[in-house]
Amino acid sequence: MIKVKINGQEQSWDGDPDLPLLWFLRDEAGLTGTKFGCGQALCGACTVIVDKEAVRSCITSINDVAGREVTTIEGLHPSGDHPVQKAWRQVNVPQCGFCQAGQIMQAAALLMDNPKPSHDQIREAMSGNICRCGCYQRIENAVHLASTGV
Amino acid sequence: MNFIDNPGKLRGFEKNIKVEKVSRRSILKGLGITGGFVLAAPVMTRQAFAYETGAGNMPHGVVVDPRVFVAVAPDGTVTILAHRSEMGTGVRTSLPLIVAEEMEADWSKVKVEQAHGDEAKFGNQDTDGSRSTRHYLMPMRQIGASARIMLEQAAAKRWNVPATEVKAVNHEVVHSSSGRKLGFGELAADAAKESVPAVEGLKLKDRRDFRYLGKGQVSIVDLHDITTGKARYGADVRLPGMKYAVIARPPVTGGKLTSFDPDAALKVPGVEKVLKVQGWPWPSKFQPLGGVAVIARNTGAAIKGRDALKLVWDDGANGKYDSIAYRKELEEAARKPGLVVRQEGDADAALKTAAKVVTGEYYLPHLAHASMEPPVAVADVKGDKAEIWAPVQSPGGTREDVAKTLGIPEANVTVNVTLLGGGFGRKSKCDFALEAALLSKELGVPVKVQWTREDDLHHDFLHTVSVERIEAGLDKDGKVIAWRHRSVAPTIASTFAAGANHAASFELGMGLVDMPFEIANISCENPEAAAFTRIGWFRSVSNIPRAFAVQSMVGEIANATGRDQKETLLALIGSPRIVKPNVKDLWNYGEPYDSYPIDTARLRKVVELVAEKGEWGRQVPKGHGLGIAVHRSFVSYIATIVEVAVDEKGKLTVPRVDTAIDCGTYVNPERIASQIEGAAIMGLSLAKYGAVTFKDGKVEQKNFDDFQVIRMDESPAVTNVHIVPPGPDTPPSGVGEPGVPPFAPALMNAIFAATGKRIRALPIGKQLEA
Repeated sequence: MIKVKINGQEQSWDGDPDLPLLWFLRDEAGLTGTKFGCGQALCGACTVIVDKEAVRSCITSINDVAGREVTTIEGLHPSGDHPVQKAWRQVNVPQCGFCQAGQIMQAAALLMDNPKPSHDQIREAMSGNICRCGCYQRIENAVHLASTGV
Repeated sequence: MNFIDNPGKLRGFEKNIKVEKVSRRSILKGLGITGGFVLAAPVMTRQAFAYETGAGNMPHGVVVDPRVFVAVAPDGTVTILAHRSEMGTGVRTSLPLIVAEEMEADWSKVKVEQAHGDEAKFGNQDTDGSRSTRHYLMPMRQIGASARIMLEQAAAKRWNVPATEVKAVNHEVVHSSSGRKLGFGELAADAAKESVPAVEGLKLKDRRDFRYLGKGQVSIVDLHDITTGKARYGADVRLPGMKYAVIARPPVTGGKLTSFDPDAALKVPGVEKVLKVQGWPWPSKFQPLGGVAVIARNTGAAIKGRDALKLVWDDGANGKYDSIAYRKELEEAARKPGLVVRQEGDADAALKTAAKVVTGEYYLPHLAHASMEPPVAVADVKGDKAEIWAPVQSPGGTREDVAKTLGIPEANVTVNVTLLGGGFGRKSKCDFALEAALLSKELGVPVKVQWTREDDLHHDFLHTVSVERIEAGLDKDGKVIAWRHRSVAPTIASTFAAGANHAASFELGMGLVDMPFEIANISCENPEAAAFTRIGWFRSVSNIPRAFAVQSMVGEIANATGRDQKETLLALIGSPRIVKPNVKDLWNYGEPYDSYPIDTARLRKVVELVAEKGEWGRQVPKGHGLGIAVHRSFVSYIATIVEVAVDEKGKLTVPRVDTAIDCGTYVNPERIASQIEGAAIMGLSLAKYGAVTFKDGKVEQKNFDDFQVIRMDESPAVTNVHIVPPGPDTPPSGVGEPGVPPFAPALMNAIFAATGKRIRALPIGKQLEA
């Protein structure tokens, strides 16, 4: 039995220990805010925070996070008012919105690590997250806004 | 109206494909037999004549009835239905906003609900062709105005005053002389009893009184849900007892399963069943490709199970498709005369006598849509009833196809439209929903079919591959006197009709025969090209290769004559005029030519606007260059200036992009800006990396490592969007797609300015590194 804390709640799994965390979250735990985009850690749509680090849940097994704390978009802030989320809304970032949970989690992890990133640091840190609609200009501006206070 | 002569009764992009071969839409409807329509309300209007657009010619036309689209609750909440699909353009907000504007509803008290697929009730729902705002600005205004008048009439009766003395203002009706007011909620029950006013003579708001339209102050309705993970896409639908499926499909389009061994797959923990999926013969339209499905308790187990399948395929006739060989075939075809599709003067003769001939042969490979959400659908089929939840651009078409595929009446099929995690044309094709329906029928439980990224790249309805060859004849003064453009590419029609090997008229009309330059001798030709995979429409469709060729050629002519790119472009566009190409059945994006002619004054204006705002001719650092391009598509006019920087190693960056767009009367300039910003990135993606290639009939790319798209670190540093203010009577035109076509040629012209290298084949790849 694998135990993992997700958004503060203890969850357990006694199935395949190699099951990617992504599919545990989405299909077993019903936390569908985390998205599937590539399955190979190439697009970042599935980004969650494990302890304090952004990870790609599509290549992280449920076993890899045993005993650790996982935060998904649903658990980032109780009312959805994390500075990154607020900045996102202020800048009207999303188009289709599908990649945005991953983008927001990546940005939140970046700001935990580096509260005042430069534009170059933002562009570098966010480059693992693909947005096919092409919202990058606004994502960059939103991360910058979140870092300076919303 | 004689519908037999009106191919517009066929759905969207298919409508100019040979009617007799298209079984997708009922031919009965094509003949104008409307007995199958269920009218939602007896007085409902479904007319085309009132519109300056082609909306009425779309399948199921337009419905203008506030009782279909608007509900007012006693607490004052106004619910407005969005009947088009949201894939990132903002349409789910924009269309209801138009209704709210006209009915004087307070947007903060409006709830938007997504309509299910039912075109008899809602009118056409195909969300493609950059048509939603263009076709529905006026109908949505009429719906809002009708609702407002019904509320006003109810108030006037309550107060026993003439209706002319009352006025709806911001969610209440006021009687100014007495100072009485009633909220929309208080009037809801009475207003519902009022008759719906006739569409003719409806008094619309003066646009000077607009609170929302054209302002850009309203955010999309899903913004909060998107940022908190609550927004529901196709993949997010979960039903009790639902099973998860992934499918192994024939690696070659049109291939068939020879044999399979499920044993290893069935041993994977969580895998419950392995079964065959029915496939349709090539060309398969939107029907499933067939294959083997792995059914599991979660998607991860299904994918692992599929990896363990042992499969033997018969690749069939398309197994020989090879992109390197095919490119040579296209090039050879482009060097010989082909079917003449536009002719003015005598281009062949003029080219022979020209002082100089500038020739450009351009190659653009297949592209995949690669929306961030791969295709996915949930189906629950019970007996002769089916319910679908899916991210589809064409809910009405999906409903028809599900009914046909399952052999049940359309009335028994409910298609729930989720948010789309990107669409770009891929999700107009509902094969993934049909797969889910077939599996749910067989298993008797709800099934979710999830495509992986590899599935998405391997089984897309790809953007075509093309060679565009242009020869421009110049006289001794450098004036262009002859223009011969041969465009050769497999056609979208090949997906619907075996052996289709010439472009359909809608494809010809996307940048080939509608070329706007003022040249005495013009010849446009379309040599044959066979298709060996599913060809579909990708954001802006044939405009991508045509704008690339035409606007690159402008740069080549500028270079050959030693003139400025922008001045060369304006000289070619010529005098402000309405262009009347000598073309039989000019498509014009399905719009009446009177309302939406090719107007070179508007084309010139976006060039001049982008040149002014984008500071054309400014000094740029060494290694930088500026390029310009303009293109009319989806009846909008767009010009782009790209500044590029190429370093000594050939590494390319884009410090600045400026785009000017004239899309006529618009609803939300903030979303126009976001579409154009995104189009620049999609344009840069296709220019720098975009290529899907085939070897032995199979797509070679697998995922985002070998089908690369632009990431943030290489995206343009800034894209500035400049919107032309509309004239009072300028009808609305497309926004979602037109931003894409001019980007790549502007970039090529910029690269030439920076490096002296002319890139004629996409993607750029390593060409600058040589």
